Amino acid sequence: MTEFALILVSTILVNNFVLSKFLGLCPFMGVSRKLETATGMGLATTFVLTLSSICSYLANEYLLIPLGLEYLRTITFILVIAVVVQFTEMVMHKTSPMLYRVLGIFLPLITTNCAVLGVALLNVQEQHNFIQSALYGFGAAAGFSLVLVLFAAIRERIAVADVPKYFEGNAIALITAGLMSMAFMGFSGLVSG
Amino acid sequence: MIIAIVTIAALATLFGLLLGYAAVRFHVEGDPISDQIDKLLPQTQCGQCGHPGCRPYANAIANGEDDINRCAPGGEATIIALADLLGRDPVPMDDDIGEKLPSVALIIEKECIGCTLCIQACPVDAILGAAKQMHTVIESECTGCELCLAPCPVECIVMIPIEEGIGNWIWPYPDNDHRDLSLSREAL
Repeated sequence: MTEFALILVSTILVNNFVLSKFLGLCPFMGVSRKLETATGMGLATTFVLTLSSICSYLANEYLLIPLGLEYLRTITFILVIAVVVQFTEMVMHKTSPMLYRVLGIFLPLITTNCAVLGVALLNVQEQHNFIQSALYGFGAAAGFSLVLVLFAAIRERIAVADVPKYFEGNAIALITAGLMSMAFMGFSGLVSG
Repeated sequence: MIIAIVTIAALATLFGLLLGYAAVRFHVEGDPISDQIDKLLPQTQCGQCGHPGCRPYANAIANGEDDINRCAPGGEATIIALADLLGRDPVPMDDDIGEKLPSVALIIEKECIGCTLCIQACPVDAILGAAKQMHTVIESECTGCELCLAPCPVECIVMIPIEEGIGNWIWPYPDNDHRDLSLSREAL
């Protein structure tokens, strides 16, 4: 149980995927202009990341390792993730229009997001078992959502603030992201070892 | 080597079949996005956006062929509703469309010959009248689309700007730069 809690805390706060591993930066900058879109993106990413880390774990464990094809890991993971997300999107579109309205536009966007592939590959690298993989994916996504929503809130304030002309737009956003990253470094003292 | 090729090929074929099956099995009729956009448009079918009606304009927005700021009857409220639906930033009304003041049609009744041509042209049935009888415009129904001007053979229809009052005054957009857009949106 402690181990699972440790994985969650580690992925959400200490080794946050955006702020300390620098993965998934494009949606982080791209959809953080409005709080609602950021929340939608966060939910969609949580969904996709959890699902894809489970699926890629299964593909790795029951297909690639028995056949000795570990070197095809990246291409297989991309294939598996893309198909799973596409399939889920279709099913969701038909069965739950409400959920589709919240997540729909974002799902295809994050299919090949670097954070999604990154989590799948890191799962293999750190030799996680099934539950650990799922938790790792979920934690990474929760951390991503947390940071994305916080960042969107800050950016909404910055949009109306008096920013010097040459720092407007993405420049000040990147500076803010850097400051957030430094603030999150403070969490590395949270868990010893 | 052979195993790798066969495995990836088999995997890809399997997934292809799965997606193909899902596309047929979970097929959704119509395009919900353009339906939702169509619902937000005022349905005056005035054609000021350059499309032959609200539904074609909704399709054009859904396909990304046209911008969301071309609906004159809908005005600011429609732009903001569309921006919310599509997750975009609201933009000011298009210059070709937005520069006109909101106005309503007025028939100069002395000159009207009662030809009913303007009645047929009106998309919102805001013109009242019968053959060889004088026509008049129901002001509260008129969207100011100007479609009745062209068919009138005696040019007795004029556009009257709507006077600004408490009922229709809105915060103006600041014109210094785009950054203040979000401010004026909050004020709305």
